[in-house]
Amino acid sequence: MHTKTIIELAQGLRAGDFSSVELTQTFLNRIKQYDTLNAYITVTEDLALQTAQAADLKLATGEANLLTGIPIAQKDIFCTQGVKTSCGSKMLDNFLAPYNATVIEKFNTAGAVMLGKLNMDEFAMGSSNENSYYGAVKNPWDLNAVPGGSSGGSAAAVAAGLAVCATGTDTGGSIRQPASHCGITGLKPTYGRVSRYGMIAYASSLDQGGPMTRSAEDAAIVLQAMAGFDPKDSTSVDCAVPDYLAGLNTSLQGLSIGLPKEFFGEGLAPDVAAVIEAAIKEYQKLGAIIKEISIPNLNLAIPAYYVIASAECSANLSRFDGVRFGYRCKDPVDLTDLYVRSRGEAFGKEVKRRILMGTYALSAGYYDAYYLKAQKVRRLIAEDFKRALQEVDVIMGPVAPSVAFGIGEKINNPIEMYLSDIYTIAINLAGLPAMSVPAGFAQHKPVGLHIIGNYFAEQRLLNIAHQYQKITDWHQKSPKGFE
Amino acid sequence: MSLTASDVKKIAHLARLGIDELDIEAYTHDLSGMLNLMVQMSDLNTDGIEPMAHPMEQGQRLRTDEVTERDQHKQFQAIAPQVDSGLYLVPKVIE
Amino acid sequence: MENWEVVIGLEIHTQLATKSKIFSGAATAYGAAPNSQACAVDLGFPGVLPVLNQEAVRMAVIFGMAIEAHIAPYSVFARKNYFYPDLPKGYQISQMDLPIVGIGHLDIDVDGETKRIGITRAHLEEDAGKSLHENFQGLSGIDLNRAGTPLLEIVSEPDMRSAKEAVAYMRKLHELVRYLGICDGNMQEGSFRCDANVSVRPKGQAEFGTRAEIKNINSFKFVEKAINHEVERQIELIESGGRVVQETRLYDSVKDETRSMRSKEEANDYRYFPDPDLLPVIISEEFKAQIKAQLPELPVAKKQRFKEVYGLDEDNATQLTSSRPLADYFEATVAASGCDAKLCANWITGDLSAALNKAGLEISDSPVNYPRLAGLLARISDETISGKIAKQVFEEMWQHPVSADDVINAKGLRQISDSGAIESIIDGIMAANMDQVEQYRSGKDKVFGFFVGQVMREMQGKANPAEVNKRLMAKLKG
Repeated sequence: MHTKTIIELAQGLRAGDFSSVELTQTFLNRIKQYDTLNAYITVTEDLALQTAQAADLKLATGEANLLTGIPIAQKDIFCTQGVKTSCGSKMLDNFLAPYNATVIEKFNTAGAVMLGKLNMDEFAMGSSNENSYYGAVKNPWDLNAVPGGSSGGSAAAVAAGLAVCATGTDTGGSIRQPASHCGITGLKPTYGRVSRYGMIAYASSLDQGGPMTRSAEDAAIVLQAMAGFDPKDSTSVDCAVPDYLAGLNTSLQGLSIGLPKEFFGEGLAPDVAAVIEAAIKEYQKLGAIIKEISIPNLNLAIPAYYVIASAECSANLSRFDGVRFGYRCKDPVDLTDLYVRSRGEAFGKEVKRRILMGTYALSAGYYDAYYLKAQKVRRLIAEDFKRALQEVDVIMGPVAPSVAFGIGEKINNPIEMYLSDIYTIAINLAGLPAMSVPAGFAQHKPVGLHIIGNYFAEQRLLNIAHQYQKITDWHQKSPKGFE
Repeated sequence: MSLTASDVKKIAHLARLGIDELDIEAYTHDLSGMLNLMVQMSDLNTDGIEPMAHPMEQGQRLRTDEVTERDQHKQFQAIAPQVDSGLYLVPKVIE
Repeated sequence: MENWEVVIGLEIHTQLATKSKIFSGAATAYGAAPNSQACAVDLGFPGVLPVLNQEAVRMAVIFGMAIEAHIAPYSVFARKNYFYPDLPKGYQISQMDLPIVGIGHLDIDVDGETKRIGITRAHLEEDAGKSLHENFQGLSGIDLNRAGTPLLEIVSEPDMRSAKEAVAYMRKLHELVRYLGICDGNMQEGSFRCDANVSVRPKGQAEFGTRAEIKNINSFKFVEKAINHEVERQIELIESGGRVVQETRLYDSVKDETRSMRSKEEANDYRYFPDPDLLPVIISEEFKAQIKAQLPELPVAKKQRFKEVYGLDEDNATQLTSSRPLADYFEATVAASGCDAKLCANWITGDLSAALNKAGLEISDSPVNYPRLAGLLARISDETISGKIAKQVFEEMWQHPVSADDVINAKGLRQISDSGAIESIIDGIMAANMDQVEQYRSGKDKVFGFFVGQVMREMQGKANPAEVNKRLMAKLKG
């Protein structure tokens, strides 16, 4: 049951092959069975079964939609009312969110069954899920490897069949890179497509929530539920959401695909390159035309990103001060002590590094050299992509320069870790939509194909991914031991 | 480009971030490394380039002036570290 | 003192009179139970986002138009970062580089002369909460009801040269924001707060001296006192060989002194940067035109019109245009009564204002509304009652919800103009006071007043004074 698509499950529920309660129980059992993966921070078993019961009633009365009764798991960055929302941090270990994120409300309205909250890098800062207060998540394809991050719990849970689908958030690659490392489909929508209300902010001008699923078709269904205008989010876009499922079967004949030469240069592992090249060949078979393009300023994406993301996070994380919610240190002697120790004791190393970096970059005397400079570089990068997307319909390349690395391998070298985000980060700077689609294996570990589209071209991206998944079965493979 | 331990302490104070004395050196090293990454940008001529603060280049949407929120302070304060008579308590504020 | 020149610039925080907060739908009403008006957004809960209140923008723009300022077509909200328990997010959303209102001006009158005070800018920002220092087991209590209340911070040029000028500017601004209806102006409740930048320099010196910023001066009286104290302190300091340091000082109205705020002394590195949760505020020409159409006639123009159209003198015109409700009341009274505008003006600035003052009421809460006052004034005009009787009638109308005619009829106050009745009374009085008649006739004109008094008393004040004068004159002359 855990390998079925959402449409298959929806049909099964309607045909009475199984109930939502049974389906939910199956997944709850699997979560317990595979808890060594450490994919979940919180399992909401009782709530899930209650919701499943309600879903069964809805199904019986015919008021259901595709997601009604489908077990889903949420990245622990989305606020869930009355349920612990930790953001992977000791700071929020005691935080029972007093309200629901807009995304959560939408899933609730759809009647989806929340199984629990998924592990992640603390405050979404990281590329390996090793920065979680709740410990590292294991990659189901290789228990010694990282699942990627920051949505590592989401990717591992979907890959291991511990949820039908999951949500993730992507600030610099946090949906696509773990999707790539765990062999699932992940989509980072255009900035503004999915509401950020109730999604705990890391870097507000870069953060975007999106689906992490077993297939493009599932992603279309989940994105359909997540996307849309939210009056509570000033950066939410007020434009119609297309029918993503309806667009899946458009032909790719004549599709022009751009391959940026900067994506295939030095630093890309040859085995990963080979997988990507093979995938491109499949697209040629589907009628696509290949063109070499250039994103000349790509090399500056990492520095620009780390200035902007750090600056924004340094302010976004100031609200964690031990006054109104979250962790408070014991017996503060004065106000400064309350701040310094509460924050010092409850934030992890990577979070501290970025807060310090951002504070420095914004401080008097350095603003122009770092923050303003980074914003100018950001414009140049965005313009590189705009220009490229006038030449071609979509851009393809690798998601990550190598397959999932080993747990502990890079944790003590933050800079090396940052450099591995080279292909994903630039997309967030520009605010474009992009996907990771399973495209094969290298060293027995999954490799994702990166598909980048123009603003609000999610429907086209899903169509392009779906057509590929119709002629390949990489997305249907299950890791050994989790079949 | 490299930072000193005292720079790091100064920034940490500005950010009200407690850092173990033992870790200062490691943070100094890591932050210096990050700065070295960032100074790469200075090689690029960006004269006349308009800074891009946000990927959405449009105007702010405005909200109608209506009271839509009700009093929920009891629920909100149920998760607070320390409250009394509806107030959040903190160590004495000195002005 | 005479060798020194004082330089003052004011930063005035006006709370905008919106129903809801600048970035959330929580109420802004004053005096609610602690934290009962602080919603998830105001409290800075993880994941919440700000959405800008249209009304706050409208009010800022209307203010900008009233001071003939440049309205920025593109303005940006920035985060001002600092830690303080009354600041829930650890940053204040404010405007830094690109404020919504640019350079404008306000004219003040001091000692009969008009002086133009430059306004550098006015920007929108959110207010902070309040720290309460009563003893909670030695801790402070934080009430965040005020957090997120919209503020328009109005920054003047350092154009004022005395505490008196500063007060005049502050009063004028206070009058303007109330007139525009964008701020209730309640200083006790902190709706209109002032920080003063004060420095001194030797007369004739071009460059400014080092300034101190005095915070927390929340009444006109205190502004004058606080500035004068600070000026004295700075002069004494310099004359005794010391130097003024740039710092923030707090005015203590109880001790009547300013003192250094140690907690704010620490290097202020606010790390401003554009708030990525908000997009630039775009003010279109269309929006501006819309607001311009709603812009009320401004006090200066209105005063001029009152002088020209109604023939009012300077004092009456100034007083009646000091607030929009008062001006409206006046114009409505003139229209409803059909009386001479000066009569209306005298009554409104005289008896009515005195009664309101005594009762501590605003014109909008006047127990005598304009139709009733107009009814009274019409009776003066048509000589049904005299001005003196009218005061008595007004008294009655102030106490009870009755019309002037009701009072006049019920109490029989109608003025007697019937010459026969008046003459017969005069005859009686003359017969009873023959000595005085003789005195008058022998040239003692002053006795005339005695006869008027007697007649009026006999007629309980209801006689038409003009008619009494006329008849009395004729009879006495024989």
